[in-house]
Amino acid sequence: MEDIEMYRKMLEIRKFEEKVYDLFTQNLIPGTMHLYIGEEAVAVGVCAALNPHDYITSTHRGHGHCIAKGASLQKMMAELFGKRTGYCKGKGGSMHITDKSIGMLGANAVVGGAIPIAVGAGLSCKLKYPERVTACFFGDGASNQGTFHEGINMAAVWNLPVIFVCENNMYAMGTRQSTIMKIEDISKRAAGYGIPGVTVDGNDVMAVYEAAKKAVLRARRGEGPSLIECKTYRHKGHSRFDPAKYRPEEEAAEWFARDPLVLFRRDLLSKGIPEEFFQKIEDKINAEIAEAVTFARESPLPEPEEALDDVWVVE
Amino acid sequence: MKEITVVDALNEALREEMRRDENVVLLGEDIGKYWQGAFKVTKRLEEEFGAERVRDTPISENAIIGCAVGAAMTGLRPVAEIMFGDLVALAMDQICNQAAKLRYMSGGQVKVPIVVRMPFGAGGSYASHHSQSLEAWFVHIPGLKVVQPSNAYDAKGLLKSAIRDDNPVVFCEHKFVYGLKGTIPEEEYTVPLGKARVVREGTDITVIATSLMVNRALKAASALEEYGISCEVIDPRTLRPLDEEMLCNSAKKTGKVLIVHEACDTGGVSGEITKALVRGAFYYLDAVETLAGKDAPIPFAPVMERWVAPDEERIKRKVKEMVS
Repeated sequence: MEDIEMYRKMLEIRKFEEKVYDLFTQNLIPGTMHLYIGEEAVAVGVCAALNPHDYITSTHRGHGHCIAKGASLQKMMAELFGKRTGYCKGKGGSMHITDKSIGMLGANAVVGGAIPIAVGAGLSCKLKYPERVTACFFGDGASNQGTFHEGINMAAVWNLPVIFVCENNMYAMGTRQSTIMKIEDISKRAAGYGIPGVTVDGNDVMAVYEAAKKAVLRARRGEGPSLIECKTYRHKGHSRFDPAKYRPEEEAAEWFARDPLVLFRRDLLSKGIPEEFFQKIEDKINAEIAEAVTFARESPLPEPEEALDDVWVVE
Repeated sequence: MKEITVVDALNEALREEMRRDENVVLLGEDIGKYWQGAFKVTKRLEEEFGAERVRDTPISENAIIGCAVGAAMTGLRPVAEIMFGDLVALAMDQICNQAAKLRYMSGGQVKVPIVVRMPFGAGGSYASHHSQSLEAWFVHIPGLKVVQPSNAYDAKGLLKSAIRDDNPVVFCEHKFVYGLKGTIPEEEYTVPLGKARVVREGTDITVIATSLMVNRALKAASALEEYGISCEVIDPRTLRPLDEEMLCNSAKKTGKVLIVHEACDTGGVSGEITKALVRGAFYYLDAVETLAGKDAPIPFAPVMERWVAPDEERIKRKVKEMVS
C-alpha cells in the first residue's frame, strides 16, 4: 500500500470515529462505543502489510480494523444505527462488525476471545490456503487472558501463519498497566512461546508497517507466528462518556502531541506532498462519511421478529 | 450387518467422514498415534490421515475449541475432543459465546460447522471432575445442537450427521456406552439430527431415557413384562432440537411418562421434555415424572457413585408406582 493510501485510511478512521462520537452524543446510536481515535496507525500499518484474502480478527474497539481492511463505511454506519442494511443486519452492533468477504472475521466483545479464533483461521491458512496469513488484534488487557497464553502457544508449536498484534494503549479499561503487570513490554512474553516479539511505536504508522511486513513474510514462509506490540494511546475514554480521568494530564498531553495522523502528515509534507492534497483527501472522506450517515439514517429498521433469523444454519 | 462397539462405531464415523471430506480435521489432547484418544475413539486415524489432520493439542481446552471455531469459519470442519466432559467448563466461552453466536452476530455471514465431542457420565470412580453429565448447559444456548447417542448404530449415524451439519454440535458420549455392542449395516448410513427413536413399543407407560439410561430403561422394561406392564421406551437421541412430536405422540398413547437421565435433577433436560409434553399433550397426560441423578457432584466411592445415578431397580420401582 502506498503512503498516501495509508494516510487516507487513517484519516478515514479518524473522521468516521469523530462522526460516530457526534452521533452517539446525539443519541442517534444506541448502546456503547469504543472509539479507535489515536490508535489509527496500528490497524492501518498492519493491514497495509496484508493481502485482500488474508484474515484479521478484531476486538471490541474494532472500527479501525474494519476500515483498515477495507470495510464499507455505509454498512458499518448502518450497523451502528441498528439497521437492517448493516453488516450484521442490526444484530451485532459496534462490537461485532464482520465482513467475511474481506477476510474480516469479526470484532469480538470478549476480551481475548478472538485470539484462539485467529489461531484457527491460521490453521485453515496452513492446511487450505498456504498463501494466506491471519492478523490478530487485541489489547494490553487481553494479554492477561488465558486465551493469550493458550492461543499463542498453540500457534507457535504448530508454526501457524498468525501475526499477533497487541495494541498496548496502557489501560485495561481504567486500570493502568503497571498495576496489573510486572513487565512494561508485552512483547517480552513472546520469548515464553519461542517466537519473535518486538515492540514498536504504535503511533508511527511506518514503524508498524515495517514490523508487520517482516512478521507477514515470516508467516508466509511457513516459519510461524510473531508478536508485535504497538505502544499507543486512545484519545477518548474506554467507552461511552468515559472522560478517562484516571490518566495523568501530562501523560495524555504528551501522547496527544504525538497524534499518529499529525506525525504522518508531517512526514508526508516533508517528502513533498503538497498541502492542498491533504485538503482534497479530507473533503472526499467527509463526503463519504456524510453519505454513510445518510444511508444509515434512511435505511429501514429490522422487524422485531428478525431477531430469530440466523440463529441456525437452515438447510 | 456387523457387530461393533460404540467406540468403534464412532471411530468408523470419523474415518468415513475424513475420507469423504478433506476439510474434516481432528483436534484434541492425546488423540494422535501415541495415545489415540483417552477412550480410543481416534484409534489409528493419525496413521491414515497424518498429523496435519489428526492434531495432538496442548492441554488448552479453550484454545482447542477457539481454534476449531476459527478454522470452521474459514472452511474446515473440525471435530474437537474434550477428553472428559467436565473439562468443557474451560472452553465455555468459545462454545457458548463464540461458536454458538458468531453466525448470528455477523448477520448470517459465517458458519461454524464444528463438532465438540465429549465423553461424559459416571461409573468409573473418576470422581467429581471426570464424571458429570453436562448436556443441559448446552441445550440452553441458541445456536447449538446437542446430541447424546445410546448405542452403536446411532452413535455412528449421528456423528456423521453432526460432522456434515453446518451448525456447531455438542456430541455427548457416555463413557459406559462406549463398550456396548450393537449391530450396524456394512454400507454407509446416517441418522438425522432432531429425530427421536422408539426403542421399544409399549402401551402402559412411556419411558423417555437418554444415553446410558436408555439401556437401563430397556432392561427395566423387559423385567416389567413379568408384572404385565408394557413400557414404551423412547430415546430422544438429539436433545436440541428435540423431537417434541414423537415424544408427545407416545405420551398421548400411554398417558404416563417417566423421564430418566443421569444428569442432576435440578435444571436437567427433563424440565425441557416436561415442558414439551405439557405444551403438546397436556390433555392426554395422567402423570409425568422424572428420575434423574441426585443433586450432588459425582462422588468417588463406588457405593455412593452407584447410588447417585438412576439404575434399573429404581426405574422399575418408579414405573410400577406410576402404573399401579
